[in-house]
Amino acid sequence: MRRGWFLPTMAILGFVFLYAPIISLVVFSFNESKLVTVWSGFSTKWYGELFADPQMLGAAWLSLRIAAVSATIALVLGTLCAIALVRFRRFRGRTVLSGMVSAPLVMPDVITGLSLLLLFVGMESILGWPAGRGMLTIILAHSTFCMAYVCVVVQSRLADFDMSLEEAAMDLGATPARVFFDITLPIIAPALVSGWLLGFTLSLDDLVIASFVSGPGSSTLPMVIFSKVKLGVSPDVNALATIIIGIVALGVFAATIFQLRSRPKKARA
Amino acid sequence: MAKKPQIAADTRPWRDPSAKPFVRISNVTKKFGDVYAVADVSLDIYKGELFCLLGGSGSGKSTLLRMLAGFEEPTSGKIEIDGQDMTGVAPYNRPVNMMFQSYALFPHMNVEQNIAYGLKRDHLPKAEIADRVAELLSLVKLQDYGKRRPDQLSGGQRQRVALARSLAKRPKLLLLDEPLGALDKKLREETQFELVKIQETLGVTFIVVTHDQEEAMSLATRIGVMNYGEIAMIGEPTDIYEFPNSKFVAGFIGSVNMVEGVVTEDEADHVRIRSAELGCDIFVGHGVDCAPNQILWWAIRPEKIALSRERPEGDANVTKGLVEDIGYLGDMSVYQILLDSGKRLRVTQTNTVRGNPDAITWDEPVFCTWHNDAGSVLTV
Amino acid sequence: MSSFDIDNPAPPRRRPWTGIERAFAAVGLSGRALVIAAPAIWLTVFFLVPLAVVFGISLATKQFGKPPYSDLLTTEDGTVQLTLHLSNYVRLFTDSLYVAAYLNSIKIAFISTIFALLIGFPMAYFIARSSDRWRNILLMLVILPFWTSFLLRVYALTGFMRGNGVINQILGVFHIPPLVMMQTDFAVYVGIVYTYLPFMILPLFTNLVKLDGALLEASADLGGRPMRTFFSITLPLSMPGVIAGSMLVFIPAIGEFVIPSLLGGPETLMIGRVLWDEFFTNTNWPRAAAVAIAMLVVVVVPIMLLQKAQDAVQDTARAK
Repeated sequence: MRRGWFLPTMAILGFVFLYAPIISLVVFSFNESKLVTVWSGFSTKWYGELFADPQMLGAAWLSLRIAAVSATIALVLGTLCAIALVRFRRFRGRTVLSGMVSAPLVMPDVITGLSLLLLFVGMESILGWPAGRGMLTIILAHSTFCMAYVCVVVQSRLADFDMSLEEAAMDLGATPARVFFDITLPIIAPALVSGWLLGFTLSLDDLVIASFVSGPGSSTLPMVIFSKVKLGVSPDVNALATIIIGIVALGVFAATIFQLRSRPKKARA
Repeated sequence: MAKKPQIAADTRPWRDPSAKPFVRISNVTKKFGDVYAVADVSLDIYKGELFCLLGGSGSGKSTLLRMLAGFEEPTSGKIEIDGQDMTGVAPYNRPVNMMFQSYALFPHMNVEQNIAYGLKRDHLPKAEIADRVAELLSLVKLQDYGKRRPDQLSGGQRQRVALARSLAKRPKLLLLDEPLGALDKKLREETQFELVKIQETLGVTFIVVTHDQEEAMSLATRIGVMNYGEIAMIGEPTDIYEFPNSKFVAGFIGSVNMVEGVVTEDEADHVRIRSAELGCDIFVGHGVDCAPNQILWWAIRPEKIALSRERPEGDANVTKGLVEDIGYLGDMSVYQILLDSGKRLRVTQTNTVRGNPDAITWDEPVFCTWHNDAGSVLTV
Repeated sequence: MSSFDIDNPAPPRRRPWTGIERAFAAVGLSGRALVIAAPAIWLTVFFLVPLAVVFGISLATKQFGKPPYSDLLTTEDGTVQLTLHLSNYVRLFTDSLYVAAYLNSIKIAFISTIFALLIGFPMAYFIARSSDRWRNILLMLVILPFWTSFLLRVYALTGFMRGNGVINQILGVFHIPPLVMMQTDFAVYVGIVYTYLPFMILPLFTNLVKLDGALLEASADLGGRPMRTFFSITLPLSMPGVIAGSMLVFIPAIGEFVIPSLLGGPETLMIGRVLWDEFFTNTNWPRAAAVAIAMLVVVVVPIMLLQKAQDAVQDTARAK
């Protein structure tokens, strides 16, 4: 069919809109001047400053640990939930479970954060656990909303799963648990990897929920960035952003290549 | 070329040099990148025809159809429909409609809305649209299904809705892309006849794309066989089957025995060809455009060969072989005869006698023979 | 299990999970029950109960102390008394600050969603219609910002729109006086559209890529001009994608906190920000809880719409 000019133009403008701010942010991270928006020569001094800032580094380390643990908990729970929803077609409370796991996806962060904080405060006064707020409470909160994302990702993979593979394994004498570890798990592994990565990223990214459920001395990286940014521009945040964008771009790029490589086999099936 | 039977009073327009074609495709070429999908095709199609474009996948038949519909523009060449040049005319302005291979029924509209879609684009009055839709529904025998959605219909019903929708605007020319392709065998045979009946009743010109030779043979007034973007042969079904113009056409339609030979006698009223493969001389009872010592091919259909235990008379058109295999199909049997040269011939014999105890059987030596005009001499 | 015999040849090789499976079976727990129970219990404790707690506390009043709200249940002279305060909710409806914040949030979320749709639809359609190779690259470009930090993307916008930011510098080259963009509602719109655009594009793309090109050709063949084909065929068939994408922008935009507080001005009232201030600045936990409950009521309908649209998107995806 004939191609108009409208769609390509709109698409190009759209991508410019998406990328121009990011690119300018990266460019200005190499700026000499403290004025983030006036170019005065190439420099990497803000990277040096970033790595010399103990508060920033501490927050980053804390955030990384929280993200790793939360993503792992979310991976286990989210996968179980996906299996329950896709495989056990009918059980009591299926609708409730399905609603509970997908609601955090769209729940405004402020509500999630507030509700979990109130829960933790209540639990502490009644059960004495969790004592105070900090890393533990952030992990509990992040695991909960990350598992929703893991569940969605794994669910869609499981829905495409060819059941006859499992039936074949069972026919050859494997018990259900063995079928799961020998057949199901390897096949859904890509979904598990992307589910974990998604959870990791979301946890690393979260500001609002963490602000509610964190305690003194447990400021995560986004909290530190937020307080810095609120005060005005700071070039070391540009440097940090550039590093994060670089890592993510590499990761997404690698994942896309990997996917494209494995595509032909899948397309034939 | 072989002699064709002549019919006294001929009403077929393609045999009348003064007839005006309804669709004229002149030197049309379509390139996708460096690939020629359609290469220099010229084709005239006459009013009221049911023309089949027959070819394998990638032969360019669908591209040609899509150029007629206006979804693709020819790289070069010209398409005229009813005397009008179609160059640069958008699909929505062409006097043609198309029935899609996938049917392309709009899933969010019911059967009536699907059929009415084209009529609404012409801004017909509501009452007239309703009348036309009812008329079409009864034409395709779906009167009670008007309010159904496409996903509530069977494959055969969907096919009929697609047909009704494409006929709704009373196009002068209807393009059908593998119209029966998605149906199972039994339904396909029934629908074939319905399609022809509808075409005859409405007098619309049909161009059908198909890869199914049986479908083409039973539907078409004429067939255009396509290969690698070119038209290999245009002709009536009997021409295509009995008088193929090339090895490709002979091999593409039906089954055929083909042997190589060399011309030993080249006269105005006959030709003699020596074939080592066949182990005998071939006597052809009409003149052929060839030269002595020319190497050429001779093709014969399995049903044109007769089998016998005793040697028939004559020094040509007889060869000897051994029955290697018999496939019994009920109405007929297929014999595989191994010749001395190692070449195998495929011969079919109609089973006219019930439970014939005297039938030729496995491992018998037999003679194969055929009539002077039974085979086609092919030079390309 | 102890000896070999002909009926039971090679015993199954032991794997760790064989033991685990047996251990669970011994306690009388089937794998199935466990698979359901683990996430169900977790979600009950960390999702359902907290919402109940919020609702409970929204019915309390602020008081000084720890925790900073009144108990709903008090024991007085041995009898348990339940005290419910509706004052927080009454305030929400009577105090113009809250009403304005709610209405403004809805307005900002709605307008941003419309713009995200207007920008996202052509992009999604373009990506869906491009060749396989380009499609993957373009999709990657859409997803990439989605994986980078949300906060940092908002921050990137501040560098772009501030008084001496990139846009104004470019305008300066053409001798156009600088625009005031930061600390305005406009900046908030831009921020929401910018950060949530991938959420709009992805469901639209999933939907549009399944759109059968033959349907568009059929429409053209039957006399539908491009615009007519778009409104009669493309748009109705992509409705599930439009709704899903719109809700994925609208719902979080309603409760957005980061964008209005970094890009908006002091007068940019949004409900997420009000809740935050109520909680952190005024330490009025019951009032914050009531704001949250009221916000939930606002997003319930969009959430249900989203659920329906997503089922529809998945159905069409599966049908192919």
